Amino acid sequence: MSDLFVALGIGVAFGFALERAGLGSARKLTGQFFLTDLTVFKVMFSAILTAMLGTFWLGRLGVIDFASLYVPDTHLMPQLAGGAIFGLGFALAGLCPGTSCVSAATGRGDGAAVAAGLFTGVLLTGLSFTALQPFYTSGAGVVWTLPQLLHLSYGAAVFLIVLVALAAFAAAERIELRMRRRRHDPIAESAFPPSAADAGFREATVNPAARRA
Amino acid sequence: MAEARSAGRESLGEERQVKYSDPYVAGVGLGLVLLAAFVITGHGLGASGAFATTAAGTVAAVAPGYASSNAYFARYVGSPDGPWRDWLLFEVIGVFIGGFLSAALAGRLRRDVERGAGVTIRSRLAIAFAGGGVMGLGAVLARGCTSGQALTGGALLSVGSWGFMLTAFAAAYAAAPVIKGSWR
Repeated sequence: MSDLFVALGIGVAFGFALERAGLGSARKLTGQFFLTDLTVFKVMFSAILTAMLGTFWLGRLGVIDFASLYVPDTHLMPQLAGGAIFGLGFALAGLCPGTSCVSAATGRGDGAAVAAGLFTGVLLTGLSFTALQPFYTSGAGVVWTLPQLLHLSYGAAVFLIVLVALAAFAAAERIELRMRRRRHDPIAESAFPPSAADAGFREATVNPAARRA
Repeated sequence: MAEARSAGRESLGEERQVKYSDPYVAGVGLGLVLLAAFVITGHGLGASGAFATTAAGTVAAVAPGYASSNAYFARYVGSPDGPWRDWLLFEVIGVFIGGFLSAALAGRLRRDVERGAGVTIRSRLAIAFAGGGVMGLGAVLARGCTSGQALTGGALLSVGSWGFMLTAFAAAYAAAPVIKGSWR
């Protein structure tokens, strides 16, 4: 019973953090896919870095038994295929399972619709599981980690991921800045993005000074 | 009529511009929640699993014999505490409460349907439902979602979780040009 209270408490903190970040909003989440708002990437990767570094160092310092942490088994093909299907649904819905709950809890009808769709999708998949089972269980189904894949020590893999993530954060900031500038350009925002051919025309309309010159 | 009214309210909301936390600060906060889950329970977070155990519990209520013979539902139905006392189910109930509390404190609680300008409420709800259904299939195959695979497995450097993240975002980006028009 007490572990269900722990579950509830961790869930409250989880939902609180998601809402604070703005991830209860489908409009904000889809900005990730249109490259106008990269909040999803920034939140996800700073969370992954924090938990990765936290488990690594707490394990090193002997505070936790790192080996006892539950690492999800890898079934590569069903996970890659499941990921692709999931991504399509994510783009359509604008919300993922956890964020759909936050969206619904804050009063949004689309969040509730995504949650209802998820329930139905899982139910129908479960009902047709016999047909899917051979594919579902394909693959080794053992713990397989990036350090093993890359033939690196765990610490080296952690360090590499931190470096890649920091570079990606810097890139994300530059992409957002560029998209923000483009949004203030009335022609770039139109339904028909300008081609190279009408660049001169665009220059003339957007910047009257250029026309005079 | 009702739609025109709510569209007006939506543009009002945009002018007010609700201010969210800095994404990196919120991300570190989320990471600390995930770290706490690892330290206290030994496993991470999840979300789609709560839908799975709810579906299993529903099937078991209607057809108990079938539910325990179905290889997918049996896992939840046959767990020692049954499908309704599942850890992830309680965690997701907590997500509802936490999301509600945070929005209430920030003055962000509002009954609406987020959608693009040219999209009716009905079609946005239909697309949202369909998207949820497709994600349900994907999450079953992948054994988890953005929480259980991307965040949890990602932080523990699982190859399958990173593979899931890669194909999920690749597919979403591939679909983005088609979907973009509906979010103007």
